Amino acid sequence: MADAHSIHAPSAPLSPSVPPSPSAPLSPSALAHQFDDLEQQHAADELGMWLFLATEVMFFGGMFLAYAIYRRQDEAAFAAASGKLDFWLGAINTAVLLCSSLTMVLAVHAAETAQRKPLIALLTLTMLLGTVFLGIKSYEYHHKYEIHLMPLAGLPFVWDEEGTSAGHAQMFFNLYFLMTGVHALHMLIGLGVMATLLVKACRGGLLGEFAAPVNISGLYWHFVDIVWVFLFPFLYLVRV
Amino acid sequence: MTTLLEPTRPAPHAADLPPRRHYLNDGYSVRSWLLTTDHKRIAILYLLSITFFFMIGGLAASVVRLDLTTPEADLVLTETFNKLFTAHGVIMVFFFLVPSIPAVLGNFLVPLMIGARDLAFPRLNLLSWYIYTLGGLFTLYALVAGGVDTGWTFYAPYSSTYSNTHVMATAVGIFITGFSSILTGLNFIVTIHKMRAPGLTWFRLPLFIWSSYATSIIMVLGTPVLAITLFLVGMERLLKIGIFDPKLGGDPVLFQHLFWFYSHPAVYIMILPSMGVVSEIVPCFCRKRPFGYAFIGFSSFAIAVFSFLVWGHHLFVSGQSVYAGLVFSALSYLVAIPSAIKVFNWTASLHKGTISFETPMLYALGFVGLFTMGGLTGLFVAALAVDVHVHDTYFIVAHFHYIMVGGAVMGYLGGIHFWWPKMTGRLYPEGWAKLSAILIFVGFNLTFFPQYILGYLGMPRRYHVYPEEFQVLNVMSTAGASILAVGYLFPLTYLLWSLRWGKIAPSNPWRAAGLEWQTSSPPPTENFAQTPVVRDEAYDYAKIDGQAPTAIYRSLPTEESSHG
Amino acid sequence: MSQTRPTIRTFVIVFVTLLLLLAVTVEAARHDLGQWNFAVATLIAAAKALLIILFFMHVRHSAPLTRLVVSAGFFWLAIMFALSLTDYGTRGWLPAM
Repeated sequence: MADAHSIHAPSAPLSPSVPPSPSAPLSPSALAHQFDDLEQQHAADELGMWLFLATEVMFFGGMFLAYAIYRRQDEAAFAAASGKLDFWLGAINTAVLLCSSLTMVLAVHAAETAQRKPLIALLTLTMLLGTVFLGIKSYEYHHKYEIHLMPLAGLPFVWDEEGTSAGHAQMFFNLYFLMTGVHALHMLIGLGVMATLLVKACRGGLLGEFAAPVNISGLYWHFVDIVWVFLFPFLYLVRV
Repeated sequence: MTTLLEPTRPAPHAADLPPRRHYLNDGYSVRSWLLTTDHKRIAILYLLSITFFFMIGGLAASVVRLDLTTPEADLVLTETFNKLFTAHGVIMVFFFLVPSIPAVLGNFLVPLMIGARDLAFPRLNLLSWYIYTLGGLFTLYALVAGGVDTGWTFYAPYSSTYSNTHVMATAVGIFITGFSSILTGLNFIVTIHKMRAPGLTWFRLPLFIWSSYATSIIMVLGTPVLAITLFLVGMERLLKIGIFDPKLGGDPVLFQHLFWFYSHPAVYIMILPSMGVVSEIVPCFCRKRPFGYAFIGFSSFAIAVFSFLVWGHHLFVSGQSVYAGLVFSALSYLVAIPSAIKVFNWTASLHKGTISFETPMLYALGFVGLFTMGGLTGLFVAALAVDVHVHDTYFIVAHFHYIMVGGAVMGYLGGIHFWWPKMTGRLYPEGWAKLSAILIFVGFNLTFFPQYILGYLGMPRRYHVYPEEFQVLNVMSTAGASILAVGYLFPLTYLLWSLRWGKIAPSNPWRAAGLEWQTSSPPPTENFAQTPVVRDEAYDYAKIDGQAPTAIYRSLPTEESSHG
Repeated sequence: MSQTRPTIRTFVIVFVTLLLLLAVTVEAARHDLGQWNFAVATLIAAAKALLIILFFMHVRHSAPLTRLVVSAGFFWLAIMFALSLTDYGTRGWLPAM
């Protein structure tokens, strides 16, 4: 596991008055005290975020396992239930999130090349697209509530398809609300993170060597997008 | 070889005395402690928290054992009994054992052992402690509000549908605390990869680092599954989402799959760090390199990976397919191999070593013996046919307590004693410490060995009443538990005593190998005056013992000439 | 950090490819492919995910360690699925006792 960042030249004795590297600006550096140089810090930040994303894979994975097992049990009921979802809204939402991933990666690019206005514009666009996604989801949830396909908190669940098990159809909707609900929660958190970045960007931060938070947040945003990329076919496109 | 702490040693070198400013006196305010980002202070915060929870968990067990002295239900109500063993399990697993060594010794030692100033993410580390505390508060609330009676395993559908105790609060508490575990593991992995001192290649690392890394892998990849499992139970209770409800085609056994997918690797989270501690103590008190360093290191990773492949052995009699049972049984035999490799290597390390029996060594040797017994009984229960008979009996209880208490807790105590001088700058009283170690060993065996027999004879676990013929063994077990309880109180007392009245510790009272011993006891806040450069192999005890005590420091500039 | 910085052009090309794959998914769902429905949909989703990971998340230019972490996450998920299936896939094999 030879890793170029792990073995460093010995650092100078600790002294707050000595700048960490000749190229660092004399104004406050992005470098934290426990690191020897920015390269080490960036590598650590990225590795940290990837490890966190690995935990998220396992977190969502538990629900995907439940989905896989229950779908195997009664694919017909799942297909019938899936047919009740609005296929086009799901597809549009997928496109919306894919767009937001593009605007996000462009925002990272803008931050790293120190372009303030494009960064602000792209972060705003990303947030807008994320909000559109949540708006469409809210509409979908409300619609399911109205046609009694929301088996939460004791609400009535009305299944009128002959020949398919109402119980298993209800299980599909359990999974639908759980999986998209947890996903939506992650989107909300993502929007919160974006909002924090936007505020910092408006104040002139996050540019050049300070761009790391945008990169790291981008990784999180793309991950949430990837979860949806799998949720769409698994929930909206079940056909027997 | 005589004890290293006797007064006939030469007077400490001037550089040996504690520095005037070190991490403990670098700011006395409550703010400086509660807002610290110093990994050493965070370790102490954890030490206080987990000791608190250990006492509560121990109290619960004491009441359980007292009631079980008689076959009738005559001390507490059955509902209370159920809540007590649940509290014992929940607190000991999630709030004591899982954090113990990683959050206390790991937090303290990982940066020191690799020559770093701090962990990769110091603020995340502090957040980790606050998350742990918040989770602990939820669980304490659940206890005070009336407790939970599902067992620490929360099996559906009892936990999700039928129990009317405080399942939600407890589940929320454990869910929150799980993130503390994840963040600690994440921090360790990044730190060990990215912040090693110059010259510290992977095969020069202390074995404690290898095992901390392996533990962190399990924490990072396993704990999220516990989180989603508890979340699903919570949703089923709160929003009536019948994920495990058979009426909707749900399967309660799916809960067990998801729960044990984390909880089996979790037991390796609890034992691997202890193994790392033993790997540090044994070479030091044999004065030689551990036998098969690379094998011990790799076996830590093997354990981490294999631990995820065996969870189905908890479901042998739950309605799982017998073919799955076959697969999991075979894999469970495989997972024993790396653990056995460690035991063989520690034992071989003793051969031709200059062995001395200071307190840490007593705990380490106790660990090796008791862990072996617990581990071997694991092989018994990995056999499908045997497990059918002993599942949910006291045999299982004895099996895991031999590993968790005889193994993990003894390793933890050994580590606390070994690094106590480093952490506090004080020496504990060796006589009392040895007495306590022996008391704990005796009390432990008297408590849990009878339980193997009870289980084999058929006494079920989690039962409030039992047939009269089991009473003698139960009385023995309770007697042992009382000795064990006293045994645990002793270290609590003399370690606290040593903070004020213990002898001042030199920087390396054990003449041990490792970078953490090359800085003062207690260390300064920034750990090292200068980042050390490592040129020696790990555990170079031959070199350490071949030289005069003053020449073993690596980080002082005058030492360049004395190293080859 | 990456050796060769990916250009805006690369990102836009990847984005268009992702939209195309979405169009393929939508079209495929309108035809009944029998038992291949699930496999096709999953494969296309996996392709999209791979593109996002490699290009938007820069894994194509990342250190080997990053790739190891990414692989580990999915590998562990695979363990969970595979071993759970040894139970659920074989439940009906023995007659009920």
